[in-house]
Amino acid sequence: MSGKMKCEAKVLSQELLSEGIYDLWLQVPFAKDVVPGQFVGVFPLNKATLLPRPISICEVDTNGSAIRLVYRVVGSGTAEFALYQPGDYMMVLGPLGNGFPLDKAAGKRAVVIGGGIGVPPLLETAKRLSKAQGSKAPAKISAVMGYRNSDTFLDDEFTNFAEVYVATEDGSLGTKGNVIDAMKEQDVPCDVIFACGPMPMLRGIKAYAQEKGIKAYLSLEERMACGVGACLGCVCKTKEVDEHSHVKNARICTDGPVFDADDLDM
Amino acid sequence: MNTSVEIAGVKLKNPVMTASGTFGSGMEYSDFVDLNRLGAVVTKGVANIPWEGNPVPRVAEVYGGMLNAIGLQNPGVEVFAKRDLKFLEGFDTKVIVNVCGKTVEDYLEVVERLSDEKRVDMLEINVSCPNVKEGAIAFGQKADALFDITKKIKEKAKQPVIMKLSPNVTSISEMAKAAEAAGADAISLINTITGMKIDIYKKKFVLANRTGGMSGPAIKPVAVRMVYEASHAVKIPVIGMGGISNYEDAVEFIMAGATAIAVGAANFHNPYATAEIVEGIERYMTEQGIGDIGEIRGIV
Repeated sequence: MSGKMKCEAKVLSQELLSEGIYDLWLQVPFAKDVVPGQFVGVFPLNKATLLPRPISICEVDTNGSAIRLVYRVVGSGTAEFALYQPGDYMMVLGPLGNGFPLDKAAGKRAVVIGGGIGVPPLLETAKRLSKAQGSKAPAKISAVMGYRNSDTFLDDEFTNFAEVYVATEDGSLGTKGNVIDAMKEQDVPCDVIFACGPMPMLRGIKAYAQEKGIKAYLSLEERMACGVGACLGCVCKTKEVDEHSHVKNARICTDGPVFDADDLDM
Repeated sequence: MNTSVEIAGVKLKNPVMTASGTFGSGMEYSDFVDLNRLGAVVTKGVANIPWEGNPVPRVAEVYGGMLNAIGLQNPGVEVFAKRDLKFLEGFDTKVIVNVCGKTVEDYLEVVERLSDEKRVDMLEINVSCPNVKEGAIAFGQKADALFDITKKIKEKAKQPVIMKLSPNVTSISEMAKAAEAAGADAISLINTITGMKIDIYKKKFVLANRTGGMSGPAIKPVAVRMVYEASHAVKIPVIGMGGISNYEDAVEFIMAGATAIAVGAANFHNPYATAEIVEGIERYMTEQGIGDIGEIRGIV
């Protein structure tokens, strides 16, 4: 089965991963079609809510029957999601957007960079990169993660697929500072970057990549309504006139969420 | 069973349409819905030239609905005609093109450009989008301005003209009458209700535009009342919309006097909504022993 759908998703498990961060496995019919960097829209049952919550896909299980969402509770919708128990059903829309262009890492020293709740989609990205065979395989895979403090999440799981570097704002773990500080301090070997995180971090990565003359692919976030490219709610500024919009706006939900940093006006 | 309805000589196979701006030109939702099932596809508003729209955030959720301040981003009528109308060529549904503009001349340019496009069955004129600061707000909020623009568009248009009314007025009946008097073939309502949301922790407006148009289930009772009032004020057909999420809502608007109805924000919650409403109306008519949808129009 391919293409987008709105469907019921059975909750397989849910646990608290870190303060306010939940780890949810959902059985969905489209799991095997998921490309790392794609996301789903999750609908709260609360009738007062209308819009799907965009949440990145953290992992796909080995059978291709379930997806993992690691999300932060930020409002009433995600607070409702945190209450779901195994056996419950949720409504999801997906898979949405385009993932990271993993082929750009072929033969190169790839670095996945995540900041805070931007870390999750990079886990499946690192996993797929580590599985790439022959000429498609990266020369090396590193993962750089930035957190506020030592209350981190998922960083331990990246060690299966990548050499891991951590930065914390308060310096309680790894490099004190942000992900760029960690890249510089640890001299992380880097030919291509796949990143997701807050806008200031992504701006910093774009500048770093330009300085080094390397490519960076950035996953953006914005308030969304439809999630399928119809409403034009979630646009970002582009350098050139966008093919779809014919103005310098691209739709994050369908033209992204991953963009070539060179194409963005940040 | 007869679900078909007629607006200005254009026969729709059923009364279910899409609300402008919530459905693109149908392309994005054709993954979910067979467009051939719909009475009509109403396209996203199109202007004479490409519009950038507003800065983000453009959307916000509110209790029972949402606010949007997209600012009518669109690629301009030339690209629209070549790409969007071409896409719609293959479907057995009516195509209603929503037209926006900042000046009367802008509107007329679009209307004239589309006049010989065979795929355009009707035009819907947006004279009320609260997102556009540059004067368009005045057309839909003053009866004389509405009369004037309707008359000018009617002089140029080759397809039937639907005037889409703003709810942000004191008397919707007065606006409906002004559109009818100027020669409008039909009216559609309601456009979004102007709203505002403030983030009390950031101490800022949630939308970059400060205000946005409210849509969704929460506005439905207001829309039903306005459709009822408008349909009693004029003889031309009324197309009802505002918070329609299911067939029950659709039937409610028809009973209030609407000839056809449009589904908007509900598409975002349920991408299958339009097709489900078509099926729901058919089921309702069978269960209720209604042979022709016209039997329940304005029945209250």
